[in-house]
Amino acid sequence: MMKKLIYSIFFILLLQNSSVIAGMTGSEDLSKLNSQNQNGTDECFENFSRVMFKFNHALDGAIFKPVAKGYRSLPVPIRKGAGNAVNNLRSLLTLSNNILQGDFKKAGNTAGRFVINTTVGVLGIFDPASYLGLKDEGKEDFGQTMGAWGTDSGCYFVLPILGPTTVRDSIGLVGNVFLDPVYQITHNTEIDNGIIGNSSYSEHNYYYYRTAGSVDFRAKNIESFDSVIENSIDLYASTKSLYLQNRKNQIKNSKSKTETQIDTDWEEIDTD
Amino acid sequence: MKKKKFLIIFFIFSLTENVFAYSNDPKQFISEVVAEAKTILIESNSNEYKTNKLSEMALRTVDIKGVAFYSLGKYRKNITDEQLKEYLNLFEKYFLKSFTSRLTDYSNPKIEVVSTEVINDNYVMVKSLLIATDQKPEVKIDWRVYTKNPDKPLIRDLIIEGLSLARTQKEAFGSVIESNSGDITKLFITLKKFIAK
Repeated sequence: MMKKLIYSIFFILLLQNSSVIAGMTGSEDLSKLNSQNQNGTDECFENFSRVMFKFNHALDGAIFKPVAKGYRSLPVPIRKGAGNAVNNLRSLLTLSNNILQGDFKKAGNTAGRFVINTTVGVLGIFDPASYLGLKDEGKEDFGQTMGAWGTDSGCYFVLPILGPTTVRDSIGLVGNVFLDPVYQITHNTEIDNGIIGNSSYSEHNYYYYRTAGSVDFRAKNIESFDSVIENSIDLYASTKSLYLQNRKNQIKNSKSKTETQIDTDWEEIDTD
Repeated sequence: MKKKKFLIIFFIFSLTENVFAYSNDPKQFISEVVAEAKTILIESNSNEYKTNKLSEMALRTVDIKGVAFYSLGKYRKNITDEQLKEYLNLFEKYFLKSFTSRLTDYSNPKIEVVSTEVINDNYVMVKSLLIATDQKPEVKIDWRVYTKNPDKPLIRDLIIEGLSLARTQKEAFGSVIESNSGDITKLFITLKKFIAK
């Protein structure tokens, strides 16, 4: 585990230096910048990513979308309860990242929500914390934390099954495993102290909860995905744009959307 | 009698004018656009009727030409007059098709216009909420309203949960042109295919 951690830190440092290195090279990099999209993120290996994107799209149509549709046919209280319970467990990963980002106000909010919803809210099925004024402040992950620390996103690529990512976010995926208390509890199945290590806490439960979260998310976004698929002239490029915009917003944690929509291009356009 | 006729004609004319007159206050303007779209969508008419009505509304309330220029990104600087004419013509058709198909999926949208944020003299962001249903979660929708002409605000972008539709479109257009070695006519072919499907 220590080795993995050192390896991850090494990569983070490498990423943080990459923008400096890019600035030091000559005109070749300037021409490269022109091929970047507006989010300033270059492609790692576009041809491979486009193939992976097609594969994922086919997989989504064959498996994920039908499952999400099936899930959506369940009664609303069941779906809402399941979604709440999964979000409640997921908030532990958010809590770890709130702390790493030094955002102790949000950490307090996340911890308070978890305690209230796990107890009064019956294992997170209900969300009494919101009624008590502790609103859900959004999810955090290790990719966002690295972004908040100033780590450059690195180049963009598409992973099989897991979908769009950047070098920073893919490292974040590994970091999430270390930081997610749910994984740490279910992973240590060799420790049998009556709480940790019995069958209820075995590792497969971690994957169940992660899968349930994905299904819940997909079910909530069936129409949005369909709309993008139907209306895009280059679905790969549209998905990349949406992914990068979304990550930028998540890292900025901005309440004001205008802050993340600064776009000088609009100022040049005068149609009067 | 002549006077009466004139008054009736004038009255009818002013009524017709008022149907299409929107407020110059950006927040009120968006409220009116939302209300108009809702009226069209809840009417139990055919999809074709709804599409036509929504297209007419978009032509009055969206700065389609502005969005077209924006979507071209850096390529708008090198385009010839002839290409620009063809592009604007194709873009309008593409935009209306895309716009109406997105909206006709919503049978009775409940949108609450919440507040405004002035960006500068040319832009105001109007914030609204698409109210959650049993099937869909609540969605934040921000409208980038172009206010250079204060008497005639126009919509230039929709930002859904922080994701700009215009920027996404611009990057898709850029990708099509770039993957064809900067040949803008390949974008025209792609747009024609989209319009025809």
